[in-house]
Amino acid sequence: MAGEATIAKRGGAPQGGAKRGGLLPRIGPLVPERVLRSAGVRFGVIYAGLFGLSAFALAVFLWWSTAGVLERQTDAAINADSQGLSERYIDSGVGTLIETIDQRLAGNVDDDAIYLLTDAAFHRLAGNLERWPPQVTMDDEWSQVDISRAGIHGLARVRQFELLGGFHLLIGRDIQARAQMRRLLTDALIWAAGIALILGVSGAWAVRRLFGMTIADVSATAAAISAGDLTRRVRVTGHGDEFDDLAETINDMLERIARLMDGVRQVSNAIAHDLRTPIARARARLEDAATHAQGEADLRAALERAQADLDGVTAVFQALLRIAEIEAGARRSAFAAFDLAPVLLDLADLYGALAEEKGLLLRADISASLPSFGDREMVQQAVANLLDNAVKFSTPGSEVVIRARADGHVTLVAVSDRGPGIPEADRDHAAERFFRGEAARSTPGSGLGLALVQAVAHLHGGELRLEDNEPGLRAVIDLPTHPTLSAAEDGRASLPKPIGENATPGRFWT
Amino acid sequence: MRILVVEDDKDVAGFVVKGLREAGHVVEHADNGRDGLFLAASEGFDAIVLDRMLPGGIDGLRLLETLRAQDNNTPVLFLSAMAQVDDRVKGLQAGGDDYLTKPFAFAELLARVEAMARRGKGEGPQTKLVTGDLEMELLSRSVKRAGQKIDLQPREFRLLEYLMRHAGQVVTRTMLLEGVWDYHFDPQTNVIDVHVSRLRQKVDKPFPTALIHTVRNAGYMLRPEQP
Repeated sequence: MAGEATIAKRGGAPQGGAKRGGLLPRIGPLVPERVLRSAGVRFGVIYAGLFGLSAFALAVFLWWSTAGVLERQTDAAINADSQGLSERYIDSGVGTLIETIDQRLAGNVDDDAIYLLTDAAFHRLAGNLERWPPQVTMDDEWSQVDISRAGIHGLARVRQFELLGGFHLLIGRDIQARAQMRRLLTDALIWAAGIALILGVSGAWAVRRLFGMTIADVSATAAAISAGDLTRRVRVTGHGDEFDDLAETINDMLERIARLMDGVRQVSNAIAHDLRTPIARARARLEDAATHAQGEADLRAALERAQADLDGVTAVFQALLRIAEIEAGARRSAFAAFDLAPVLLDLADLYGALAEEKGLLLRADISASLPSFGDREMVQQAVANLLDNAVKFSTPGSEVVIRARADGHVTLVAVSDRGPGIPEADRDHAAERFFRGEAARSTPGSGLGLALVQAVAHLHGGELRLEDNEPGLRAVIDLPTHPTLSAAEDGRASLPKPIGENATPGRFWT
Repeated sequence: MRILVVEDDKDVAGFVVKGLREAGHVVEHADNGRDGLFLAASEGFDAIVLDRMLPGGIDGLRLLETLRAQDNNTPVLFLSAMAQVDDRVKGLQAGGDDYLTKPFAFAELLARVEAMARRGKGEGPQTKLVTGDLEMELLSRSVKRAGQKIDLQPREFRLLEYLMRHAGQVVTRTMLLEGVWDYHFDPQTNVIDVHVSRLRQKVDKPFPTALIHTVRNAGYMLRPEQP
C-alpha cells in the first residue's frame, strides 16, 4: 500500500499539474518495474500462493488416504500370512506347510495371493509361481517383482523368508490392480494441479482487479485533489465495510483540509478588505492632519484617532490569529478537567453589571456543578463573546438568559436574548469570519465573535447552534464532559456542519 | 527605579526608553541578548523589560533562564510579538513575571512594569490596607471609609483590594481583568468600566472627595486626595 502511495505521489505532481483532464486512477496497466511494487499484484501472488499450498496439502492427504492405505494393507496382509504359515511350519513341518499353502491358494477368491515354497536349491515344492523370480535376491527381504503365473503377467509385492532346514518361502500379493489405481490417481492429481494453477492465477488476477477497483476511487479522488479540485470526495458504497470506513475517514480529512483552506481564503479576503478599510481610514486621517491641521491640538487629536484606528486593526489581527490558533487544534494539549459552573457564574457576574447598566436583566440558570473537559480559558472567551453579543443586541428592559446543564455526554450552554435575532437565511453564515448581519451594521464589532465561538466549540468536538428564540437569538454550544469522549469524537465531531442544520427551535430549552 | 530594557528593535527600544525616563526611571538599554545578560547579571535592576526574539545567540527565554539559574530574581516583563497562548505560558514558565504582546500601548507597559517592580519588593503578608481615609481589613473582609462601613459584593471587594494594593499606580483594564477576574482575553466591550463605576457608587459617591480616578488612555488609579 505504501508503495502504491509513493508511486502515485511521485508520478502525480508534474503530470497532474500540467494536464488536469489526463487524471486517471493510478491503478492502470502494469508496467514491468511497477509490477513488483504493486500492492494489487502482491495480494494476488499471496492469494495464489495460499491457494496452491492448500491444493497441495489436499493432494498429499488424498494420496496418503488412498494409495497409501492400500499399500499398508498389502504389507499387513503379507505379514499376517507369514505369521500363520511360520506357525504351521514350526508346529508340523514342511508337509503341513505345503498343504496349508495349497489350501490358501484354493480359498483365495480374489486370486491375488502369491506363494512359493522351494527347497534349498530353489526347486518348487508348492505355490502358484513356476519358479523363484530372479529379481528376488537374498539381500532384500521385501521386493517388487514382475511375475507370470498361469499365463498372466503381473506386478507383485513379495516378502521372502528362509526357513530352518534350507527351505525358501515367498509370500506376496498381486498389486497389478493397485498399480493401475495408483496411475489413475496420479493422472487425476496432475490434472487437478493444472486446474488449481489456472484457478489460482485467475483468482490472483481477480483479487488484484478487485483491490484495484476498490482503491481506484480513492486514488482518483486523491489525484483530483492534488490537482486542485478540493470539492472531490471518495464515494461511500454504503456497505458499511472497512473500505467505507476508510472512505469516510478520508472524506472527514478532506472536509477538514477544505475548511482550513477556506479559513485561509477567508483571512486573505479579510486582510484584503476588512483590514484595508481601517488602515486606509487611519492613513487618510494622518495625511489630512499633516496637510490641513491647524495647530498642535488639531494634530494631536488626529494622531490619537489614527492610533485608535490602528488599535482596532490590532484587535482584529489578534482575534484572527486566535481563531487560527484554535482551529489548528494546537490548544488541545492544554485540555484539562474543570468545573464549568463557577466559570459561567463568574462570567454572568462580569456581564451582569454591563447588562444592568443597559437596563437589561441577566439571569443565570446554571446547574450547581458541571464537570467538563477542555480548555477553560477558551471556553471563558467563547461564552464571554456570546454574552457580549446578547447584551449588545438586546433591547432595553428585556432579559438575557444564560443556561447550562449536563445532557448525557455533553454540557449544553445556551445564551438567549430578545434582540433582533439573526434571520434564518443568515444563520448559516453568521459564524463566518467578518460576517455582519443587518442588525449588527450599526453596532461596533469586528464580526469575529461568533467565528471564535464556533472555533472553540469545534476544538471541543462540539457545535455552535444558532436558534430562533422567538423573538431573539439563542446560541447553544455543547462541550464534552469527559476526555475519552472528546478524543474519540475528535476526528468527526470537529467537522463543520453548517450552523442551523440541527437547529430545531426550542429543542433544548423550552 | 533602575530598569533594564533588552530590545533589538531601535524604534520600539527608543520609544520605551524615552517613556520610562520621562516617568522618572533610570534606564539602561541592551540591543542583544549577550549584552542584556551581562548587564542583568552584573548590575542590580528593579525590573527588566525583555524582548523574546533577540540577536546575538541568546534569546529572551535563554537569557531569563540563565538569570534565574543564578538566583537572580529581578522581576521580568516579556515584551513580545509572539502572542499565542502557548507563548505566554512558556514565557511565564521560564520565570517571567508578566507578558505583554506587541503592539502595545506605552501606558500599559509602564503600569505593568511599575506594578511588577513593586510586587517584587515583597512587603510580606498584610492584614490591613490603608489609602487615605479608606481602610480594608483583609481577614474580616470589611471596608471602612472615614469610619463608615461600606458593604461590598465579593467581586467588588477583590476589585477594591487590587486597586488598594496598587494605590498610587496606574492600573489598566487588562491588568484588572487578569488580576481580579483571571481572564486572559480582551472583552470587546468595556465591562471593566461598568464594574469600576459600580464600585465608585459605593466608595466615592457618598463622600466629598473621590479616591478612584480615571487616567485617560490608560486606566484607573486609586490615590488619596492631593494635599
